[in-house]
Amino acid sequence: MSWLVFALIFWAGAWALNAWLANSAWRGTRAVRILVPVLFGVTLVVLWEGLVRGLGVSPVILPAPSDVAQTFAASTGILWEDFRQTVLKGALTGFAIGSTAAFVTAILIDRSAFLTRGLLPVGNFVAALPIVGIAPILVSWFGFDWQSKAAVVVVMVFFPILVNTVQGLRETDAMQRDLMRTYAAGYMQTLLKLRLPAAMPFIFNGLKIATTLALIGAIVAEYFGSPTRGMGFRISTGVGSLSIDLVWAEIIVAAIAGTAFYGIVVWIERAMTFWHPSQRR
Amino acid sequence: MRNALPVLTVLLAIMAIWYAAVAPMNIRVALDQAQRGGAVLQPATALERQEVSVWSLMLRNPAQIKDAYAMERPRLPTPGQVAVELWNTTGDMALNGRAMSKRSLIYHGWITLQSTLWGFALGTTLGILGAVAIVYSRVVDMSLMPWAIISQTVPIVALAPMIIVVASQLGISDRTVPKAIISAYLCYFPVLVGMVKGLRSPAHAQLDLLKTYNASGFQAFLKLRLPASVPYLFTSLKVGIAAALVGTIVGELPTGAISGLGARILIGDQFGTPLAIWAALVAAAVLAGALVTLLDLAQRVTLKRMGMQA
Repeated sequence: MSWLVFALIFWAGAWALNAWLANSAWRGTRAVRILVPVLFGVTLVVLWEGLVRGLGVSPVILPAPSDVAQTFAASTGILWEDFRQTVLKGALTGFAIGSTAAFVTAILIDRSAFLTRGLLPVGNFVAALPIVGIAPILVSWFGFDWQSKAAVVVVMVFFPILVNTVQGLRETDAMQRDLMRTYAAGYMQTLLKLRLPAAMPFIFNGLKIATTLALIGAIVAEYFGSPTRGMGFRISTGVGSLSIDLVWAEIIVAAIAGTAFYGIVVWIERAMTFWHPSQRR
Repeated sequence: MRNALPVLTVLLAIMAIWYAAVAPMNIRVALDQAQRGGAVLQPATALERQEVSVWSLMLRNPAQIKDAYAMERPRLPTPGQVAVELWNTTGDMALNGRAMSKRSLIYHGWITLQSTLWGFALGTTLGILGAVAIVYSRVVDMSLMPWAIISQTVPIVALAPMIIVVASQLGISDRTVPKAIISAYLCYFPVLVGMVKGLRSPAHAQLDLLKTYNASGFQAFLKLRLPASVPYLFTSLKVGIAAALVGTIVGELPTGAISGLGARILIGDQFGTPLAIWAALVAAAVLAGALVTLLDLAQRVTLKRMGMQA
């Protein structure tokens, strides 16, 4: 009972502190901007711990964060192996192949206005489809190891990046292209100096969507057959054998990997499109 | 309408590539089957054929290429085979009065649609409420918004089996609930972001004008912010319903569900019937297209009635 009371008091206190911080004179500073969401996250974890301990929830349903942290620390070896199999081999390889293929295809298609008009609606439609469903087919084509996971990721990330790149390449207006023509710039020069830079924000938008899709694809494909390692494999067997704390440790790895992957892409975007209005501060 | 011809060309090109890919994908298995049927092949045994590329196999055994297009369990079915399978499990069964039979894709599509719509409703409600809270409270904005973004970078599929286990442990035997939660998780974010943008879209001058009318905060919300956000809402609803369908299918795939389009894919995989997988995939695509088109239609009608679109 005391756990429950403590968690609720902590919640109320943290919320009051956050409210005060958000309306204080320092609300624009970097420290407060980071502190407020961090405090919110810590509150959620404390609330979770308090609820699980206070209400005596069975660890089979929901383990306390402290138990998960212990399991996490005790099984870093397994977690690292799974991370390498799923994220580094499956998701990253697929992401690299898929985004390169989409980028090259977009540039080729862009040369024909006819194809562009035909492909944009089709690509937009395909990008909205539940493509994860092809995972079992690709697993049966490419075998159980990471190659089939990479293949699923390639197909999943291809269309969002393709559509965004094609749209980005159309972003320049006639005046800008005319200016390049008065400079006597050829196709390649116009592409490299005007149209690709103008397309960058769109391309990065596609890449950011693709980061989450890549992890989803790599994990789902493992539910359909994998060697005895990998995050999806560990989660599905962990749920089956009720070692729920290990499953939560894998979920935390997945969360960290997803956030870090997204963060890296955002960081590259900032470095490459620093001139764009949305990046200026 | 001026896009009709290019779109048709692209679709035809995709069909042509698909059709052409069937032969090299299926030729090995087709040859193995022909060998068992007593045909004389080049090279003669499956072991020797392992060493030869599919292209030279096709060149040396031209008689068997047509077998590759009519296999019962193809690695890659032809578009025609998928269409026939789809018709057999939807229209044909409906005509025979068995539309809701457990083998009919209409029944499984209906199961998936239910979860999708529940998840969509839940996600949209959460997204709109969250957006209102974010726009009106700075604390919520500062503490919730970063976590909303982080929540989307977490691969939901990792959580999906957990959600279903917890739901069943809590005594919720109906599978609609956990699936709807998963699709709501994927669906709320686009709605949240779109509504925050929409609710903040009125210009300062417009808000000031309402202040000179002595309008209360609630009146400003009802008469200015909410109507101004409608175009943003519909755009994000279209993204949201597609995401909700993906969520439902993801919720059905890894969890041993027995009904729903995702379950058809899973069962097709386990029983080695690729045609069932492909038919379920096409059905899911049709469902996604229909849902997005419906929302698009609603958007047009609503915006026209509101005088926002010519």
